[in-house]
Amino acid sequence: MKLLLDVMDLKIRFRVRKGHIYAVNGVSFQVHKEETLGIVGESGCGKSVTMLSLLDLLPHSAEIESGTILFKGNDLRKLKSRELQKIRGAEIGMIFQDPMTSLNPVLNIGTQISEPLIYHKGMSKKDAFVRSGELMEMVRIPDGKSRIEDYPYQLSGGMRQRVLIAMAIACNPDLIIADEPTTALDVTIQSQIIALVKDLKKKLGTSIIWITHDLGVIAGLADRVAVIYAGYIVEQAKVDDIYDNPRHPYTLGLIKAVPSVKDSGDRRLETIGGVPPDLTIRPDYCPFLPRCSYAFDRCRLENPPLSKTLENVETEHYFACWFDVRKGKPR
Amino acid sequence: MKRDPNATLIKVRSLTKHFPVRLGAYGQHKATVYALDDVSFNIFRGETLGLVGESGCGKTTVGLSILQLHRPSRGEVWYEEIDLTKLKEADLRPLRQKLQIVFQDPYSTLNPRMTVGAAIAEPMSVHRRCEKQQIQERVERLMDDTGLPMRYGNRYPHEFSGGQRQRICIARALACDPEFIVCDEPVSALDVSIQAQISNLLKDLQEKYNLTYLFIAHDLAVVKYISSRIAVMYLGKLAELAPRDMLFEHPLHPYTQALLSAVPVPNPKEERSRQQALLEGDVPSSISPPKGCRFHPRCPLAFEPCSDAVPDWREVDNNHWIACHAVK
Repeated sequence: MKLLLDVMDLKIRFRVRKGHIYAVNGVSFQVHKEETLGIVGESGCGKSVTMLSLLDLLPHSAEIESGTILFKGNDLRKLKSRELQKIRGAEIGMIFQDPMTSLNPVLNIGTQISEPLIYHKGMSKKDAFVRSGELMEMVRIPDGKSRIEDYPYQLSGGMRQRVLIAMAIACNPDLIIADEPTTALDVTIQSQIIALVKDLKKKLGTSIIWITHDLGVIAGLADRVAVIYAGYIVEQAKVDDIYDNPRHPYTLGLIKAVPSVKDSGDRRLETIGGVPPDLTIRPDYCPFLPRCSYAFDRCRLENPPLSKTLENVETEHYFACWFDVRKGKPR
Repeated sequence: MKRDPNATLIKVRSLTKHFPVRLGAYGQHKATVYALDDVSFNIFRGETLGLVGESGCGKTTVGLSILQLHRPSRGEVWYEEIDLTKLKEADLRPLRQKLQIVFQDPYSTLNPRMTVGAAIAEPMSVHRRCEKQQIQERVERLMDDTGLPMRYGNRYPHEFSGGQRQRICIARALACDPEFIVCDEPVSALDVSIQAQISNLLKDLQEKYNLTYLFIAHDLAVVKYISSRIAVMYLGKLAELAPRDMLFEHPLHPYTQALLSAVPVPNPKEERSRQQALLEGDVPSSISPPKGCRFHPRCPLAFEPCSDAVPDWREVDNNHWIACHAVK
């Protein structure tokens, strides 16, 4: 598979009054053509910040300390903002979490979907409007063509999210970054949107990065999954390996802590003890140490790198832990 | 679960709540939001009744109307032998000790200028339950019960994480020895690893103090984990109510079936092979709910009577209630 996006050793911090918040601490990952990468993590773990940084959409208080972001071989960090603008929306599309606030309330839907078409594809206003109608049908908005003159307030949350998807796919991007696109939606609407995205992906052959905190959503969607904790990728593997054979104690805890409708409901939920991590320091020990029940001496001294074990060289299963939870002893 | 099926703690009869609203840029149009229409059910002592439904379906309105935080438009709410809807505010106040609530958002429900200890103590001094000395002891016990270290008593809410704040809210709700607690999406604002902690805590406290919960949530998996019976709501009406296992194994109402099939399962193999019954369309607005059965425009089973006649709320099996024309 061809490599599309290659992020290496990305570090991002935020300036705050008392120092810094270390949001992303050396994250590396790749996205191949026509692949869906799921990024799972809890709030504040740095998953959104990582993705925003790809398109230089970070707020001013953020600072990329180091790292390279290669998209089709070009380092996005070295591009001028003008050049990046040509990629943003055209080659990389973005879908945000909250469809209620991501649309301009005083412009009709057609105008908003037309905008990237006019800007990137040089279409005339009229052609772009016609194309917008087609896109609306493509994302299965009932009566899409006749609704392009509607305003956002006339649409429900699910419909608005469809409009945002239409905007993201308008220019046939190679990569779509979806930042918790279904979190604000109800489950029945969520399943509609997931079915739609799967379908569009098959049709258009786009690669997708799907950010979520919901292990259920990603299970049926992703090819590979990266689990983020405190700004570190702690585990990365094929989707089946993550669920069947989690190797990092955090992934393990996360899977056990999530109730499923398939469970009997009588089991007691296993919890991950403790509180979310303190991000004001970049620890030289394992970031999961304070909450880990497997921790031993080495975890206090060195931060484990993301690596494979000898026995799973072929499986591309990476995890950052000094302990082998499967064998019950240190690696 | 040790409960006497006849010991009903809360009895809700034909509970209805309509909100008058004004629409248009200048509020020139009057309209009514039919938030809750003719809802009846019982809550047994010591059980957890889960209430699920999508946003805007009236779940929270049920909770607030039971506690008379909204005065219902019609209907009765019986707490033991008392009809709460008939009571004046002043007469309700002593009962509020027994009827408590935990809200969804632990960030906005704590006073930022009040220490945690003071927040937990406040209900006890408002209801004049005990002397100052005892209050301190009780605060410490409540903090211990809810898993908060004692030394945190003098800290302020901003120093706590979401999960810890929810613990504080729970401690405060427990302060006056309540019998019944409405848990209004108590875990949905929290991260998954913290959700499990709070769900377990609620279960433990229920056992310890023999509490009765109305557990409102939109996450079916969480509800399944915590409830003994589950009610499903759609657009201001109850669709189905059944004991937990019956609801999950033999859902009868087409909406319940669709809802259950929409929940993603954290298992890639199952997810890939699963046949989903996708619901078409969106939830209609509760300002102009559909006539007849409110689910009929999206219902795969809809036939003639569904668009005119409101289906009866009837018991089809022991403790299994449903409102649907198509299900016999």
